Amino acid sequence: MSAETLAAPQVTPTAVLLRVLGIVSAICGLIIVGSYEITLPAANANRRIALERAVLKVVPTAKTIAEYYALPAGGIEQAKGGEAPAGVAKFYAGYDDAGKLTGIAAEAGAKGYADLVRVMFGYDPVCQCVTGISVVSMRETPGIGDKILIDKDFLANFKELDVKLKEDMSALVNEVKAVKHGTKTNPWQIDAIAGATVTSRAVGKGINDAAQFLLPKLVPNIEKLKVKS
Amino acid sequence: MSTNTPVSTATAPRNMQEFMEGIWERNPVFVMVLGMCPTMAVTVSAINSISMGLATTFVLAASCWLVSLLRHVIPKEVRIATYIVIIATFVTVVDYAIQAISLEMYEALGAYIQLIVANCLVLGRAEAHAAKFPPVAATLNATGMGLGFTLGLTMIGGVREILGNGTLLGISLFGADFQPWVVMVLPPGGFFVMGGWLLLFAIYRERKDRGNAARTAEASHGA
Repeated sequence: MSAETLAAPQVTPTAVLLRVLGIVSAICGLIIVGSYEITLPAANANRRIALERAVLKVVPTAKTIAEYYALPAGGIEQAKGGEAPAGVAKFYAGYDDAGKLTGIAAEAGAKGYADLVRVMFGYDPVCQCVTGISVVSMRETPGIGDKILIDKDFLANFKELDVKLKEDMSALVNEVKAVKHGTKTNPWQIDAIAGATVTSRAVGKGINDAAQFLLPKLVPNIEKLKVKS
Repeated sequence: MSTNTPVSTATAPRNMQEFMEGIWERNPVFVMVLGMCPTMAVTVSAINSISMGLATTFVLAASCWLVSLLRHVIPKEVRIATYIVIIATFVTVVDYAIQAISLEMYEALGAYIQLIVANCLVLGRAEAHAAKFPPVAATLNATGMGLGFTLGLTMIGGVREILGNGTLLGISLFGADFQPWVVMVLPPGGFFVMGGWLLLFAIYRERKDRGNAARTAEASHGA
C-alpha cells in the first residue's frame, strides 16, 4: 500500500493545541476563582457557626467566646485572627454576660477506626476536670463508632473526667485512658463503648494528648483569663 | 450508542427523549452500572444520596454544556485533557458551594465530592454524548443522566437508611424498639441493596420480554 492511497491524517498544528488548552484553562480558572470568592464569606460564616456551636456544647454557660493560643514554649496569648502559627494549640475561653470565665474549650484529635476523630472538650479550671465533649468531625462507622456522639453511658465519662496537673504543673497526674467496657475504676479513666473500643480509645488518647500539651501552659496563666480582656 | 444520530427536525420529543434516557432506559446506576464508587460509599442515608446525586447532576450538566459549546473548537488530540479540566472546574465549584450551604453535608460526603472528577459517568457523557451534540440536547441528556443517578442513589440510600437506622430522611419510622440492621449502613449493605434492586429489575425485564414475545407469537399466529 502506498502512502498516496491513504487520506492524509488531519494534523492539528501545535500552536492551535496550545491555544485551545490555554484558553480553556483560563476560562476554567476564572470560574474557579469566581466561585471561590463568591462562596468564601458564606463558608467562613458556616465554619464560625459550627465552631461556636461545638464550643457552646461543652461550655454551655458561655455567652461570648475568645480564642487563645497555647504556645509550645509555654504561656498563652490571645489569637489575633488569621492563620494560627505553627505548633500552637488553639483553645477557647467562654465568658458569661458579666465577662467572668465560665469554662475553657479545646480541640483534641487522634486516629480512630476510619480516620482522625476530632472532638471538642470542655475544661473546668475549678474542678480541674473535663466537663463534656462534642464531636468536631469523624468518619467512624455509622451505628458503631459514631455512638460516641449519643451513647449516654459513654458521655457520662466526661461529666467529671479528672485531668489534674502535678504539683510542678509539668504534666497530668494520671494519664487519661479509655479502658475496656465495664472496667473503669478511676475518675481519669474512660469506660469504652463495647464494640467501639477503637473509637473510644481515640477519644481518650486525643484528650490525653491535648491536655498534656495545653494544661501545663494554661493552668499557670489561668488568672490572665479570669476576666474578659 | 443508540442515540448517536443528529438531532432531527422533531426537536421537542427528541429533547424529551434525551432527557428521559438517563432516568429510566439507560439509568447510570441500574442499567449502565457506572459511578459505583460514590454509589457504594455515600448511600448510607437518603439525604446523603440526594446531595451526592444533585452535586453530580450539576457537574454533569455544566460540564456537558461547556464541552458541547466548545465541541468544534477542541482538537481531538487534547480532548480528554480539556474535558477533565472542565469537569474538575465544576467539581471545584460544587465543592465550594456545598461548604457554603452546609458544612455538615460537606463532612458527610467527604472526599467523594472531589472524587466526582473521576466518576466515569461524567467523562463518559462528555466523550460519548456532549462532544457530538448541540448544547441544549447535551445539557438535557446530562441532566437526565444526573437525575437518574440521583434516583438510583436515593433508592439505595433510602433502603439502607430504613433498614440500617430505622429512619427515612432522618424521620424515625419504627419507634425506639427497632433494632437497626447495622450491616446495611456498612459497606456490605451497599452491595446487598444494589444486588437486590438489580435482581428486581432483572425479574421485571424478563417478565416484560416474555410478555412481548408471547404477544408477538400470538400476533403472528393470528395472521
